[in-house]
Amino acid sequence: MAIKKFAVGCYDDEAVLFPAVDKVRNSGYKLHDVYTPFPVHGLDKALGHKDTDLHVAGFIYGITGTSTAVGFMSWIFTSDWPINFGGKPHFSLPAFIPITFELTVLFAAVGMVLTFCYLNQIMPGVKKHVFHPRQTDDLFVIALEIGEHTSEQEAIDFLKSTGAMETSVQIAESEWWYGRFDKEEEYEKLNPAV
Amino acid sequence: MHLKYESFVREPLVNGEKTYHQVTEDIVRPIEQKPGRMWYVGFFFSVALLAFGVFSVFWEVYFGIGVWGINRTVGWGWDITNFVWWVGIGHAGTLISAILLLFRQGWRTGVNRAAEAMTIFAVMCAGQFPIFHMGRVWDAFYVLPYPNTRGALWPNFNSALMWDVFAISTYFTVSLLFWYSGLIPDFATVRDRAKTKLRKRLYGVASFGWTGTAKNWQRHEALSLVLAGLSTPLVLSVHTIVSFDFATSVIPGWHTTIFPPYFVAGAIFSGFAMVQTLLIVCRKILGLEDYITVGHIEAMNKVIVLTGSIVGVAYLTELFMAWYSGVHYEQSAFHWRIMGPYWWSYWAMMTCNVVSPQLFWFKKLRRNIPFTFFMSIIVNIGMWFERFVIIVTSLYRDYIPGSWTYYSPTWPEIGFYLGTFGLFFTCFFLFAKYFPVIAIAEIKFVLKTSGESYKKKMEVIEEKSVEEFAQEHAHH
Repeated sequence: MAIKKFAVGCYDDEAVLFPAVDKVRNSGYKLHDVYTPFPVHGLDKALGHKDTDLHVAGFIYGITGTSTAVGFMSWIFTSDWPINFGGKPHFSLPAFIPITFELTVLFAAVGMVLTFCYLNQIMPGVKKHVFHPRQTDDLFVIALEIGEHTSEQEAIDFLKSTGAMETSVQIAESEWWYGRFDKEEEYEKLNPAV
Repeated sequence: MHLKYESFVREPLVNGEKTYHQVTEDIVRPIEQKPGRMWYVGFFFSVALLAFGVFSVFWEVYFGIGVWGINRTVGWGWDITNFVWWVGIGHAGTLISAILLLFRQGWRTGVNRAAEAMTIFAVMCAGQFPIFHMGRVWDAFYVLPYPNTRGALWPNFNSALMWDVFAISTYFTVSLLFWYSGLIPDFATVRDRAKTKLRKRLYGVASFGWTGTAKNWQRHEALSLVLAGLSTPLVLSVHTIVSFDFATSVIPGWHTTIFPPYFVAGAIFSGFAMVQTLLIVCRKILGLEDYITVGHIEAMNKVIVLTGSIVGVAYLTELFMAWYSGVHYEQSAFHWRIMGPYWWSYWAMMTCNVVSPQLFWFKKLRRNIPFTFFMSIIVNIGMWFERFVIIVTSLYRDYIPGSWTYYSPTWPEIGFYLGTFGLFFTCFFLFAKYFPVIAIAEIKFVLKTSGESYKKKMEVIEEKSVEEFAQEHAHH
């Protein structure tokens, strides 16, 4: 939880965004984040983000599901309550396949979605600062952090030089907090209207 | 910058001059407007049907399952027929969103959201039937494997019916997660442009506080891809397991190894038909013709003619095997199916599912919207008859002629079925009003490669010679 000052630049095309991202990374300004209305392929590479390990987590959840299902059914049918179904073996692996498969998928899917929400820090009731109302519509937004030794005007001029069609300086919470999107926080009221 | 380019052979997926903002405007408009008169009429009609369904179910629970027409010989009637029918319909959504994602079919972006919603609602409807078929519905939780006071007696995990419990509940959960994870960014779009406080608050909660950072999108893409990979075998497994309900039994007419692929093909067939029924109306009323184009409808009709033909081959294979097996019981099951008192249901099935979809080999008809709408209804009727034929006409003349019988439904059974229509359409009307019917972010993602106006800009490049093109765009 930290309230910081940001220089915000809005771009109206991904073709302008990519060179701008490169310039920002080479400029020495502290990049807070880049917001896009839809997944822009290659942006993660341009920002130097590593590949996500979410699918590895999914694999681990899946394996957990598989072993839970096989272990649970085997334990029930061989030791906890063995029942004779028409003389068939107690440990009848082929008959376990459907439920094993379903549980693998179920564990992997539920686990991955929960991990996804955790990693992205999203949840019902969570609020994050929206730098521009059109960042989920048609604008690509770059937010730079402005520290004590950085000049606001220089940062804004720099963003304009990279092709930003709209710029602003905003004081904002950099993390998430519990809140409602229809209510403005105290510091948000200080911000110029965007 | 890499070049966004798509062959001219492919039809544009988004018609007209669209900007990213225009896409948002078009798709969010129904949420921000007051619904039209047609919406209210449809919605209240659906709620009325639902209420009648609730009453019919109440009647059945109160007086017992004896109020239904099923009897000792025909133990599965309309209830299980409707169950299989609804589950089948529930296959198109995940097929479109998962399998077509893996196959890189761009046209899925226009229809996946609504199709997935339809899947979820159809599975909800399907689930009602086995639950209330149990009779003592208050004991339904017995199917759950939990440490209980009955000596910790576990359900039989080797039973196809138990597999079904797991398959359907997993399918429902995974489809819901897949659908909702796609909705989160779109809810954020609605939230950020909301004019009223209530809308801002509700969509704020529904969007989980999504802001669309680059890293979040990267994870979102990874999640969608893995969920698609998981859902692809899942969607095939669900109707396979439903078919095991029949195929693992020893009833002539049910005990067939062809059932799993045959059921899956039939499920996709009926699912796509239902998607057509809904979307042809939806695109018109919500004014989304630019996003759900005739090209989309044609693509789905191609799937219908393919799966319809697979189903046709399966029917004929079944007949051939019955004769070729030389088993008397198998042969009589099919004899009574085709020429017994239920002959009309068999021939209704054959006409609707095998003969009529063949008309979709003609391109003119595939691209004809009223015809497609008419055919989608026909296919759904046909697929309902298929399940009725498999279930009732395999049972009604069993091994002992003394127990031969004729089954017809009573009003609570019909009411129950109509009630699930009420549930389905109530949910769908609410969806069409409060949810983005088309995946906004996904459309924006394909807009610059597949939008009509953007494709036109490529005409300049198209005219260039190969050498010239390579000179300009080859990686150095």
